[in-house]
Amino acid sequence: MIEGTPVHFHRMKDMPSSHLLGTGTPMCAGCGGLETLHNMYDILGEKTVFVNAAGCMTLLSVYPFTPFRGGWLYTSMASAPAGAQGVRDAMDIMIKKKKLPEDENMEVVVVTGDGSAYGMGMSATSGAMDRNLNFIYLCYDNEGYGNTGQQYSAATPHAAITSTSKGSHGYPGFKKDLFSIWAAHHPAYVATIIGAEPLDLAKKIEKLQGMTGPRMLISLAPCPTGWDYDPQLSVEIGHLAVQTGVWPLKEYINGKVTHTKIPKQRKPVEEYLKLQGRFKHLFYPQRDEQGIAEIQARIDAYWDNVTE
Amino acid sequence: MTRKLLTGNGAAAWGARLALTDYIPAFPITPQTEIIEDLSIWIDKGEMDARMVTLESEHSMITAAGSAASSGVRVFTATSSQGLLHGMEMVYTVAGWRTPFVMINVSRGMSSPITLESDHNDIMAARDSGFLQIHCATCQEITDSVLMAYRLAEHKEIRVPAIVNLDGFYLSFTREPVDLPDAEKAAAFVGEFDPENLQFKGSAPLSQAMAVLGGGPYSYFRYEAHLAVQHALSVYDEIADEFADTFGRRYDIIDNYQMDDAEYVFVMLGSFATKAHNAVDSLRKAGWKVGLARLRIFRPFPKEKIRQLLKGRRAVAVIDQNISMGMGGVLHSEFATALYGMKDAPAVLASFIGGLGGRDISQQEFFEMINEIKQASDKGESLEPRLLYTENELTEIRKLQAIAHAEHEEIHQQRDG
Repeated sequence: MIEGTPVHFHRMKDMPSSHLLGTGTPMCAGCGGLETLHNMYDILGEKTVFVNAAGCMTLLSVYPFTPFRGGWLYTSMASAPAGAQGVRDAMDIMIKKKKLPEDENMEVVVVTGDGSAYGMGMSATSGAMDRNLNFIYLCYDNEGYGNTGQQYSAATPHAAITSTSKGSHGYPGFKKDLFSIWAAHHPAYVATIIGAEPLDLAKKIEKLQGMTGPRMLISLAPCPTGWDYDPQLSVEIGHLAVQTGVWPLKEYINGKVTHTKIPKQRKPVEEYLKLQGRFKHLFYPQRDEQGIAEIQARIDAYWDNVTE
Repeated sequence: MTRKLLTGNGAAAWGARLALTDYIPAFPITPQTEIIEDLSIWIDKGEMDARMVTLESEHSMITAAGSAASSGVRVFTATSSQGLLHGMEMVYTVAGWRTPFVMINVSRGMSSPITLESDHNDIMAARDSGFLQIHCATCQEITDSVLMAYRLAEHKEIRVPAIVNLDGFYLSFTREPVDLPDAEKAAAFVGEFDPENLQFKGSAPLSQAMAVLGGGPYSYFRYEAHLAVQHALSVYDEIADEFADTFGRRYDIIDNYQMDDAEYVFVMLGSFATKAHNAVDSLRKAGWKVGLARLRIFRPFPKEKIRQLLKGRRAVAVIDQNISMGMGGVLHSEFATALYGMKDAPAVLASFIGGLGGRDISQQEFFEMINEIKQASDKGESLEPRLLYTENELTEIRKLQAIAHAEHEEIHQQRDG
């Protein structure tokens, strides 16, 4: 985005036409997390420091290459929000003490996977929200410890086969509701996004740019290697996640949760499930009617309570 | 210059204040907490132009310390024991960022068993991290060492963080008179922090703390850090000279007492050296040629200075207030490494472990240590490592064990009966 250009994202043609993030990164083909980051970065602009926790995206900046035009700081798996605290505080102090001109200020953005956000990094994230840290947090959620070969994490959905849940019924647990956990801290903003819905994503980024305080984003990140599907299906799977109601697009502001895209007629969840090898056991060698019905019922129960 | 009666913690806080620290990420832990309380009061009163933020853990605290220093401000922080080890991943990490700041460690024994009292196992765990380590024996030395630590850490040929270590309780809560350096002189001595390339700004793209692929680049950056830490030895001498010229107090890398003609030598770290100091006085009065060498700078390890100092001595007692399970005293191993193969090295280099978890080392024990190394030296024998413990202490623990056993029996009988 060019500085100073008024942006109102109503249609796809309003989206930035130039792209900031460099190409040739080591991310997998069809990476849903990278798709989200691309879209976000174009709107956030160059004056952005990304503070990273251990995960796939750590490999974006490998000495001496980086796809970023601003700042980057890798911290550890558990403490990226604390790293953001130090950078934000230092920049504020330097501006106050006139050691840094105000126009050199940067937005501090934490980038972590679900392994960090849903588990090891949760204490540091909670602390950053307690302190009302002025930062943006992007969790790219590919529903497992993807960088180590997709072991299940607290973000893994029920029944998914992962490399540590290879049994005939897949992962027995249920995906943790991180959105609600974050919202319970009453930060300035919480939203779910997905790279396959760039207009919804852009509107949310634009909205949070006008706010201060913790601005929290969880992006579902379709993952060809972890979810076992052809990379060319990433966008389609992203669309289906929204259309089947698996991934509700919503935001939290001032104590209120609003859905930003309510599917008029939800597609059956199996349309989403059957494209992914991690759910293959629900369809082959024979259809697991009960298993599919249970997953469908949980999605229906969620949406039964959604009014806005 | 003002003379004040300060605890070790108070002296540490004054060091941070006089160094004009900008930013203090904090987390409370006994026996360190008084440091951050003092600083927060000064900030609230407007006596100190700094920002303090309490993080939710030491892991986060050390991350924020490193990331703030990497963004261009002067940072101070403090921890102890469990806190230092909770943050240990980041101790290594931020040292690798080559980011200069000063952290106080108030030494306290490691769990388990959990204790609040002092020994050096916590600080020894940070030995290989890339932090510089300065060990203090008096409250005066703490304030002064914080100022020197900033100079050393921020030196453009070094650029690594530094730990200033003080012993829990023995120093942290003991009041001693401290000559506080004049604020303007202290500010001039420490100087402005020049972040050089460590600064995020909108107009200058910068990636820090990036991953590397392969052992070649990894080894290169690790070797660079090692050489920088080693270089701190020669830089330290320049800084110590300047400090002595400015404030009239000299702090050498090794603090020697009665070493000129000493045949038998105590070697140790930290505040228990003041006990050894007294023992040396008593032994000298009794006609023994005894000396004391207290290491102030433990990282970098002053190997050459140790070799020069101990050449030709008859016997050395290395006192470790730490224990490396299955090996023994860490300091003893390091001295053995330093002296190995040296012509005229002391024939006896004995290891004594004591002062764990706040346990005292009595004057009698110091006398016996010297007696033992002298006898070994006279007989031309070596000496097995000793774990200091008295008959009386053994009786006391046996009593506690008897009570524990009786309690256990009683509960069993109640449950079964």
